[in-house]
Amino acid sequence: MEFIWAIVIGVLYAAGLYMIMRRSIVKIILGLSFLGYAANLLIFVVARLTRGNPPLVPNGAEAPIPPYADPLPQALILTAIVIGFGVQAFTIVLFRRAYRSCGADDIDELRTTEH
Amino acid sequence: MDFLLMAPVLIPFVTGILMLLFWGQRDVHRILNVAGAALLLTAAIVLLDSVARHGVQATQLGNWPAPFGISFVADLFSAIMVVITGLTALAVAVYSLGSMDEARERFGYYPLLHIMFMGICGAFLTGDIFNLYVWFEVLLMSSFVLIALGGERAQLEGSIKYVTLNLLSSALFLSAVGILYGAVGTLNMADLAQQLALLDQPGMVLTLAMLFLVAFGIKAAIFPLFAWLPASYHTPPIAVSAIFAGLLTKVGVYALIRVFSLLFVQNIALTHGLILILAGLTMVSGVLGAVAQNEFRRILSFHIISQIGYMIMGLGLFTPLAMAGAVFYIIHHIIVKMNLFLVSGIVHRLRGSYELKDLGDVYKTYPWLAILFLIPAFSLAGFPPLSGFWAKLMLVQAGLQVKQYVIVAVSLIVSLLTAFSMTKIWAEAFWKQAPAPHQPNTQHLTLMVAPVVGLALVTAVIGLSAQPFFDLAQRAANQLLDPAEYIAAVQSASLALR
Repeated sequence: MEFIWAIVIGVLYAAGLYMIMRRSIVKIILGLSFLGYAANLLIFVVARLTRGNPPLVPNGAEAPIPPYADPLPQALILTAIVIGFGVQAFTIVLFRRAYRSCGADDIDELRTTEH
Repeated sequence: MDFLLMAPVLIPFVTGILMLLFWGQRDVHRILNVAGAALLLTAAIVLLDSVARHGVQATQLGNWPAPFGISFVADLFSAIMVVITGLTALAVAVYSLGSMDEARERFGYYPLLHIMFMGICGAFLTGDIFNLYVWFEVLLMSSFVLIALGGERAQLEGSIKYVTLNLLSSALFLSAVGILYGAVGTLNMADLAQQLALLDQPGMVLTLAMLFLVAFGIKAAIFPLFAWLPASYHTPPIAVSAIFAGLLTKVGVYALIRVFSLLFVQNIALTHGLILILAGLTMVSGVLGAVAQNEFRRILSFHIISQIGYMIMGLGLFTPLAMAGAVFYIIHHIIVKMNLFLVSGIVHRLRGSYELKDLGDVYKTYPWLAILFLIPAFSLAGFPPLSGFWAKLMLVQAGLQVKQYVIVAVSLIVSLLTAFSMTKIWAEAFWKQAPAPHQPNTQHLTLMVAPVVGLALVTAVIGLSAQPFFDLAQRAANQLLDPAEYIAAVQSASLALR
């Protein structure tokens, strides 16, 4: 299971980085969201996958019986998803504004600030 | 919970919220802005005083013991950074009153500024690595809006690069945090320091160290990850540029120093050796970039990069004196760099341009401004007896002690080239005859000059009575190099709760 996930995550990182290096600003937005997905899935998988063992304390016990699924990575991912969502929404609006005021979606043409 | 540790986060937060309640009321925003910044500085000084007297302080948010709850820790380095945040916050708050245009003020410039201060203080004080990510996002989000606010074409172009590269760095940071949790099973930095020492997977630890180096390296603008900085920092209004230039990249440097003194000290010869090489390259590439520029703010932007090199040179050498030098350098640099940007804003007000070729005659017409420029400029280049001289002296001495002659030579040459850049600005903007007369705009000029005078005085005080600042930096460095006190503070804060 981890093996398949490792490939999926690797492909997502690669696709994300490739998209960021494209010239179109729309593709940069897509690339950034791929990178976000890749990071979230990475946290999920790297903290080990445990199936069918929720971290619940059974009746009469003091602590959940191992092996149980670690709830913390999921809390981290939830936080990261919320942050990522807000950032993505902002990026889309910003890039659209930039496109309208510069009249170009090619990053190579957005160079007036660099000389 | 300890209110003293939370105050630097809560004060800007409450200030920002109050401003939202009075949305659109410009006068209320302006009053709250200065009051909030002044209060932040006061709270920060009280915190530093308390840490200096009683040692490292820690508290557990929501009274959950570590490593389950989030720790807030103030050691001397954190407390010093929070005081500098307060100082620069107050300076930029007053400066903005005179320099910011009404449209931006009405569109929430002040609340954004204070939410950014909240994020910065949170990043300095947190003792949890995932929480550090969250604070980074808080400060990045407000900085994204601040850099784009106003929507001029140059601003939008600059912010695309700023946003993209910073989000890339955040994604790497998040990935690194995830792998770190997978490897060690904890996120509390004090706990991590202990667990990583026990972990017998040198390859894994080195991979993590490199991921953090790249993630924070982008934020701190080290070689070769700095291209976003000179493309964006000069585009927003000068008050925003000044706070970004002074404070924001140094949050990345802070994170580098924290992570590479507390967590990744297993293979110092490799990791810190690499940092030292990067430091040299950062210095050289930044200063050479500056030589080629002819715009006031862009010259200063490239100098940020070369100065970052000095700070991580201290981290790379990793001796007590070198770390003290790095801490001292950060204190000195934030104040000086911010002041130079603020001065460039005043020059722009009086002469109507940032392009060196259109400037001139400032010395003849405004000799007081020339003096205000010379203090931070000489300090940046390292002229005695100003603050930059002592900072460079400490680093050079530390380098000679461990026989790293190459980096010492590089740092001395770069400081000469820095002096060259400053003389270029002096000759072009202040000395030569102006190509065309310009009607100066002196509206609210005192509000812009006052913070510049204040920061110049601080620079002079640090330079003329360097000993107490040196002692403070040395104590902060000793705490960084021996994390036992940091770890003990977090443990005792947790034990009190059990």
